[in-house]
Amino acid sequence: MMSNRKFILTGLLISALLAGGASFYANSNPDGLEKVAQDIGFIESAKDNANADTALADYGVKGVENERLSVGVAGLIGVVATGAISGGLFLLLRRKNPKN
Amino acid sequence: MHIPDGFIDLPTSAIFAAASAGAITYSLVGARKQLDEKSAPLAGLTAVFIFAVQMLNFPVAAGTSGHLLGGALAAVLVGPYAATLALTVVLVMQGFLFADGGLSAIGLNVFNMAVLGVWGGYAVFLLVRKILPKNKSSISIAAATAGLISVPIAAVGFVFQYSLGATATFSVSAVLGAMVGTHILIGIGEAIITALTVSAVMASRSDLVFGWKNKTSTLEIRS
Repeated sequence: MMSNRKFILTGLLISALLAGGASFYANSNPDGLEKVAQDIGFIESAKDNANADTALADYGVKGVENERLSVGVAGLIGVVATGAISGGLFLLLRRKNPKN
Repeated sequence: MHIPDGFIDLPTSAIFAAASAGAITYSLVGARKQLDEKSAPLAGLTAVFIFAVQMLNFPVAAGTSGHLLGGALAAVLVGPYAATLALTVVLVMQGFLFADGGLSAIGLNVFNMAVLGVWGGYAVFLLVRKILPKNKSSISIAAATAGLISVPIAAVGFVFQYSLGATATFSVSAVLGAMVGTHILIGIGEAIITALTVSAVMASRSDLVFGWKNKTSTLEIRS
């Protein structure tokens, strides 16, 4: 059986490869909600996110021209940030001494 | 599926933010009882994996893409309490760091994906698991079915919010038909990714899978 550490590290590595590498090949068509909003017409009511001009908006690093690098680095930053927040949250929540 | 700012008015957004806050509090209490040294790291990994796979939009129909929502997947892997929290972390991070999903719409998005997607998906999983034989491949099949149905469930959540507080005036039934139709197609992708992921974890560490160990421990108590 795979050890806990090896299992978690393998999962993190796969996530990093997907967000940092495979994300470049993601389909860039509008997603389901966006397409429905376009087809029906309420897309006009969308407003820009207040952070729409920040460094990582729309999964790209601002100022990086190379598309592959831009989305890849943004994805890796997302992996690290999600890992830090969720890892911290769940480690705080866990029972340290299971009673059963 | 990430609702931008502007689609839904602020009072409606506030109501769903409050409902989501209630669900998050409930999930914090539940996760605190359930998570231990072994399951806590998997819950963290689940959030990371879902973030990564949500970046991978796949084509569904002409000019439309979809991506994993991950609610059913997370519920099967780590239980619905931790799943709601994992999805919430992903959605909040996407809204603030990547400007994906409106900031005023975070409550709406958490409600659809982290609450409806997770708990709706988990309910379908339990139902399908109940009628299938008690073996490992049944867990993947039940998880896939849960994934498939969780996507239109989350889409109906949006239509409900639209019916209460849309800033536009297009008919609710038109939005309902289009949203459900499109999201059944996206649900097929969700089912495939959910089945592959659950199967991989079942093959390497089935003892960590909430939807599997949760059932076997119940059986142990009964016997």
